[in-house]
Amino acid sequence: MISSSNNILSHFHSDRFLLWSLRFLALIAGSLLVLIVLFLLHESLPAFQHIGLRSFFADEGWYPSEELYLLTPMLWGTIWATLGSIMLAAPLGISSAVCIQYYAPPFLAKPYRRLVELLAGIPSVVFGLWGLVVLVPLIARWQPPGPSLLAGILVLSVMILPTITLVTLASLAHIPASSIHSATALGLGRWAIIQRVILPTAKAGIFTGIFLGVARALGETMAILMVCGNVVQAPSTLFDPIRTLTANIALEMAYALGNHRSTLFVSGLFLMVMVVVFVIMAEGLRHREAHADTR
Amino acid sequence: MLTPGKGLQEQVSTWMVWGSAILLALSVLGLLGDLLWHGWAQLSWSFLIAPPQNAGREGGIGPMLVSTSLIVGLCMAVALPIGLGTAIFLAEYTQKDHRFGRLIRGSLDVLAGVPSIVFGLFGNALFCQALGLGFSILSGGLTLACMVLPIVIRTTEESFRAIASEQRLAAAALGCSTTTTISAILLPAALPGLLVGTILGLGRAMAETAALIFTSGYVDRMPESLLDSGRALSIHIYDLAMNVAGGNPNAYATALVLVGLLLLINLFASWIAEQWTTLHQLPNS
Repeated sequence: MISSSNNILSHFHSDRFLLWSLRFLALIAGSLLVLIVLFLLHESLPAFQHIGLRSFFADEGWYPSEELYLLTPMLWGTIWATLGSIMLAAPLGISSAVCIQYYAPPFLAKPYRRLVELLAGIPSVVFGLWGLVVLVPLIARWQPPGPSLLAGILVLSVMILPTITLVTLASLAHIPASSIHSATALGLGRWAIIQRVILPTAKAGIFTGIFLGVARALGETMAILMVCGNVVQAPSTLFDPIRTLTANIALEMAYALGNHRSTLFVSGLFLMVMVVVFVIMAEGLRHREAHADTR
Repeated sequence: MLTPGKGLQEQVSTWMVWGSAILLALSVLGLLGDLLWHGWAQLSWSFLIAPPQNAGREGGIGPMLVSTSLIVGLCMAVALPIGLGTAIFLAEYTQKDHRFGRLIRGSLDVLAGVPSIVFGLFGNALFCQALGLGFSILSGGLTLACMVLPIVIRTTEESFRAIASEQRLAAAALGCSTTTTISAILLPAALPGLLVGTILGLGRAMAETAALIFTSGYVDRMPESLLDSGRALSIHIYDLAMNVAGGNPNAYATALVLVGLLLLINLFASWIAEQWTTLHQLPNS
């Protein structure tokens, strides 16, 4: 922090120029989000006008060539895949973070943490390739056809695991040592301390991680596109192929025209709204935790 | 580390915690091992420079490497100045409760969570269609620039905030203008942070696929200008695995190259970050 915006001491012309150019650059960066929302709205306007919001939930199916645009099967695909992956990844991720912080000896904890960070940096298309070549044939041998909701859930959970683990780990590291010491002084065992003292204290951080994981799972495209089979249907079992909203956009955007294209932007808008809700919840929790720290 | 307690619950929980940690480690190692196992045999110098043949089943990834570097380079060339300017503005001119600053920071936080496919839609609508750039390296690079901007800004802003305020006060006491203070004192001090932010953004841009499918396109020829369509490495992997029967071996080799590059980038970033923290701890110790 050098100066406030109306600093009377600053009498250099160059400073004025600098401040205004910095403001201008910040304005560009800050208005990107607005620009994205405006473009999504603008492109989806024809669909809202000519097809109407109701058709997305009440048409007979997804047949763009016949002007039928039912989005609910894809919506269910997205919801089930996200729900499944978070139910799998949340306990695993939280346990892994606890293991790094309280169970593993330092010579293991550090490389293990690196490994998780490494996982976070692997491109989604590589997860997709791995799922397609390794997971899908395994599932096919057990319960054909193979490309399925289950494959999507498994790949997604591996992808969001590092997010949950690393965010949980950061919040575990912030727990004051004094509360752990007092619990130890009371003679509590390791698990009792974790269960009664550590996890409740880190609750906000853990939920931040889960919400960010949900946001990532909702928006994930490539991996799920490669392993889920992409059949437009609401899944009835774990072994049914599904198509998510994101996969639908990626598959059809290349040739979509007119109302069809516009409908894809509508699904992008839905997706954006869902993701933004979770991101805002996560940020809200993070701010609350930060304020609780300073008190 | 805590001392383990006694009892059944304690034992079961210990098994569970170790079990999940091992499961996570196994899945990472399994994935990397699988990549090495399938990809290593195809890897050679000629694979890196040769053009693809027979829809990518044979030949190499030369044009994809060039396209990827062009897209990522363009992305950083656009994202860096905007990101640096915004970060300086946020760190040096706005307090935590400044309204304009808070608005920008909040918008960037949300922007960081926007799914990449939505960036793809946006890039297609704005760059390819509204600005008439078509499917091109330019469109792809600009789309990615929007995507990595929050990462670059956050890391850079933090590194500016980490600079001790004495440096600013000393500069002011010497009668330096704000411009001089920033360019001659703060910028050099924040340079490592800026570099880490750049590298992280670079990694994110290189890993991206969904935002590029309908902005930079599929064409696997060597690009001749920035207005040509160019196929990135990640899209090459996707195309080989999904649309080309028998493309898996080369898809694996390409994935191995991509992951190897990302690994190098990340190692470099953490090395810089480590150097920097040891450097900054010196005066206090």
